Amino acid sequence: MASDRVARSPWRWFWSGALVVSFGLYYLAGELLPRAATRYPAAWRIPLKDDISAFMNWLIEDATLGLVTFKEFTRGIAWVLEQPLNLATSLFATGFLSGVGSNAEQILPPLSWVAVIAVVYLMGRYARDVKLALLVAGCFGYLALFGQWHSAMVTLSSIVIAVPFGVAGGLLLGIAGYRWRAFERAITPVLDLMQTIPIFAYLVPILFLFGFGPVAAMIGTIIYAMPPMVRVTMLALRSVPDEVVEFGRMAGCTRRQLTWKVLVPSASSGLMVGVNQVIMLSLNMVIIASMIGAGGLGYDVLTSLRRLDIGAGIEAGVAIVVLAIALDRLSQAYAARTPTGRAGGETSLVKRHPWTLLALGIVVAAYLGGLLFAALAEFPQAWQITTGPFWTALVKWVNVNFYDTLEAVKAALLINVLVPVKRFLLAMPWAWVIFLVAAAGWWLGGWRLSLLTAALSTFILVTGQWADAMVTVYLTGISVVIAALIGIPVGIAAAGNDRAWRVVQACIDTLQTLPSFVYLIPVVMLFRVGDFSAMIAIVAYAVAPAIRYTAHGIRYVPTELVEAGIVSGCTPRQLLFKIRLPLAMPEIMLGINQTIMLALSMLVITALVGTRDLGQEVYIALTKADTGRGIVAGLSVAFIAIIADRLIAAGSNRVRRRLGLQ
Amino acid sequence: MTGDNRIKLACQGVWKLFGNGEREFLSRHGDSVDDEALKRAGLIGAVRDVNLDIGEGEIFVIMGLSGSGKSTLVRCLSRLIEPTAGRILFNGEDLLAAREAELIDIRRHKMGMVFQHFALLPHLTVLGNVAFPLEVQGVARRERESRAREIIKLVGLEGRERYFPRELSGGQQQRVGIARSLAVEPELWFLDEPFSALDPLIRREMQDEFMRLQNVLHKTIVFITHDFDEAIRLADRIAIMKDGRVIQVGTPEELVIAPATDYVAEFTNHIPRAKVLTLGSIMRPSSSAAYAERFHADERVADVAVRFDAGNVYAVVNAGGDVVGEVTRDDLVEVFMGRRDG
Repeated sequence: MASDRVARSPWRWFWSGALVVSFGLYYLAGELLPRAATRYPAAWRIPLKDDISAFMNWLIEDATLGLVTFKEFTRGIAWVLEQPLNLATSLFATGFLSGVGSNAEQILPPLSWVAVIAVVYLMGRYARDVKLALLVAGCFGYLALFGQWHSAMVTLSSIVIAVPFGVAGGLLLGIAGYRWRAFERAITPVLDLMQTIPIFAYLVPILFLFGFGPVAAMIGTIIYAMPPMVRVTMLALRSVPDEVVEFGRMAGCTRRQLTWKVLVPSASSGLMVGVNQVIMLSLNMVIIASMIGAGGLGYDVLTSLRRLDIGAGIEAGVAIVVLAIALDRLSQAYAARTPTGRAGGETSLVKRHPWTLLALGIVVAAYLGGLLFAALAEFPQAWQITTGPFWTALVKWVNVNFYDTLEAVKAALLINVLVPVKRFLLAMPWAWVIFLVAAAGWWLGGWRLSLLTAALSTFILVTGQWADAMVTVYLTGISVVIAALIGIPVGIAAAGNDRAWRVVQACIDTLQTLPSFVYLIPVVMLFRVGDFSAMIAIVAYAVAPAIRYTAHGIRYVPTELVEAGIVSGCTPRQLLFKIRLPLAMPEIMLGINQTIMLALSMLVITALVGTRDLGQEVYIALTKADTGRGIVAGLSVAFIAIIADRLIAAGSNRVRRRLGLQ
Repeated sequence: MTGDNRIKLACQGVWKLFGNGEREFLSRHGDSVDDEALKRAGLIGAVRDVNLDIGEGEIFVIMGLSGSGKSTLVRCLSRLIEPTAGRILFNGEDLLAAREAELIDIRRHKMGMVFQHFALLPHLTVLGNVAFPLEVQGVARRERESRAREIIKLVGLEGRERYFPRELSGGQQQRVGIARSLAVEPELWFLDEPFSALDPLIRREMQDEFMRLQNVLHKTIVFITHDFDEAIRLADRIAIMKDGRVIQVGTPEELVIAPATDYVAEFTNHIPRAKVLTLGSIMRPSSSAAYAERFHADERVADVAVRFDAGNVYAVVNAGGDVVGEVTRDDLVEVFMGRRDG
């Protein structure tokens, strides 16, 4: 404790000094330092992106694996994946066709909307109760009623195929990681990188290797959605009690039996959490995947956003949200479902599989009914409702009546906050920034961390991304500060009161179900394009963890400590500031960490509303199909995320140790 | 253990050290390892030079407090953990030399194990759990389920076949664990603190149940516990462990009469003598008086005391029915008052 105090004060001096020096540099750098101090000279750049592009070209043009070329190999994989996807699309959306193009003839219609709604109702009923069943059926009914059925079914069919692949792949990798420590050590940094690197960055290589179209989009979705499943699998398998594993061995299980009959089923409730994650991430990917050829709702949102057709964009966006909510609640219910069995030993098929048989019966009945009444096969146009004009009118009304107010708010924030911060960061000499990042690493985690942060930031510098990176830091930084300023007080307020907490929790759960892209729609409606719109979208997307972790941290401060405070005569304010907040601090820091990660992932998406940062760089690389540029910029975003993550984690651990919580 | 019994499981010079370079360390030091040397090498001596012979049909209890190495030892005996050194002979064959496939075969047919926290599979019903060891052997569903039903009936859980483990109480769950371990009719039955996670009343009931089962089944049993009373109640013989070593092996009576160390004496001191001492150990030489009644030398004092009247002399006979000594009620009273240690 004593040494800690001694060690702390020099750092305080250091950071105060650093602040003064920074301001000094801001005002003087322009005159005193050469231009190369703030603008990294192009001649010093390492042409990494060209190398990557060249490698990619070689891979596609020349690389061979024995008899087949690499490209044929990847296209082969694509073909294999295409078969189940075609089947699902035929089943849900287009029906089974013979022939191609306009000559195609429908042999068998797709599943009737009645059948799909009935099946999801039964699934809800089976997984939990009538309430859930009604919710899920209502969600699908909404899709039919509001004319989104066809697109939604196209999206659903790609999810129905992508999710099993993501789950199976994640499960197998996770099992391998569980079994071989070395494999886990190898795969963990890859997972870290995959979860922080922006999706756009690996869309380009996927495009090259697998071509443009629904299959490439699905592969992108699988790669994006798989990492959490790998982690969850390793975690869930590790938490199977030792005794259960020992029992399996004593029962004489072979390795395979141990894995599939003991470990995986015992860990199933944990694994279902991973399945839920895969589903949600796949849905999150829906719109982005449409950039490389996925159809369905994502495509609708993207095209209407490009046309600035607000009404259509909102309709399709809401449909994605509705689909997401339905699948999320359904999969969560399956995860929490605990079988009970009191009944005797019935063995007849009907009694063992009542739900499946009922669902099959309804599907067949709906199909036969569809042959007689067209309304059963396809939801009639006449019944559909469109809300598009309403939204367009609403936006028009808001813009007519509040244009000046909104514009004033936007201008004030831009002039007083955003622009000065941006200028300040861009004026900092790069050497000084890298020095400070390294110093922070040293301060919080010792020399290893210092080395890591310095190396990662140097990578960004030498690959020529410095200015873009600074804009990224500025936009993320401001958004995170605003998200924290909103999130922490809301979290504190919500923590004090059970009912408030339930309401807030329901809100942030729903917020986190929304695909990130959806946030852009209202923002663009109200503020059009630019940094400000991007900031609003990022704050909205990233505020949830700040609230959640703050409330969680404060609610779980040990009761004894709070009671000790009350007995010592603390006022409620003192209780909050002297006991609850300091003890909740490590948790709050983790919340901020999550906020930063979400902010960075949203940042890339806001490239669509015209920011000028690394996100834009990645997005441009995607539109120009420039692999090297995309990957280098993507890695830079990932590195910024990793620097922030490691620094905050180290800081949180320090606080935790000081509080004796570890 | 009587001499004519075959040895089912023998454990010769078994060591288990945790840490790096433990094999080299052991071959360098031989069997003369002291605490200092272990500490310097950064190793933990979980099991140290253990030698045991467990006879067929015997209930052999390994008793020790937490950290004494008893759980590690039983895992070495079942080869769930590889011992660092030593030999384990099961039916005279070296278990440690068995290859993976042989080991699986031995476990499938000859061993059963009951765990402290039950280790039931949460996704299977009672029936599924009990039938599981047969399932992994590839026994057909109909056959394994009918076998499982029989054992479930044996442990008194009839009618609960379709329940899931979490729908049962702790005692019932452990009955499932016991039934499951008996499904393959093992020759050797390991029980690792089977009743420690249960409430005291249930524990006692389960001990009675266990004795009832053993009277029917006559398995060779290795029973782990940290509860000395439980050990005394159930054991034919007890091995007491401390810091990885077995410090004494003997019948409950032998431990009470002649504890090898102060550590053992600490456990035995509070045990009522009448519950462990047999008539054979307190009898005096036969004076060929007129005997009122005959008692077997293996009878425990507490069990027969009510049948003794004042003024009579009673004969003590051996297994063959020959009179080997005599006792009076006063001798028994001495034991109850704690004046005699046998």
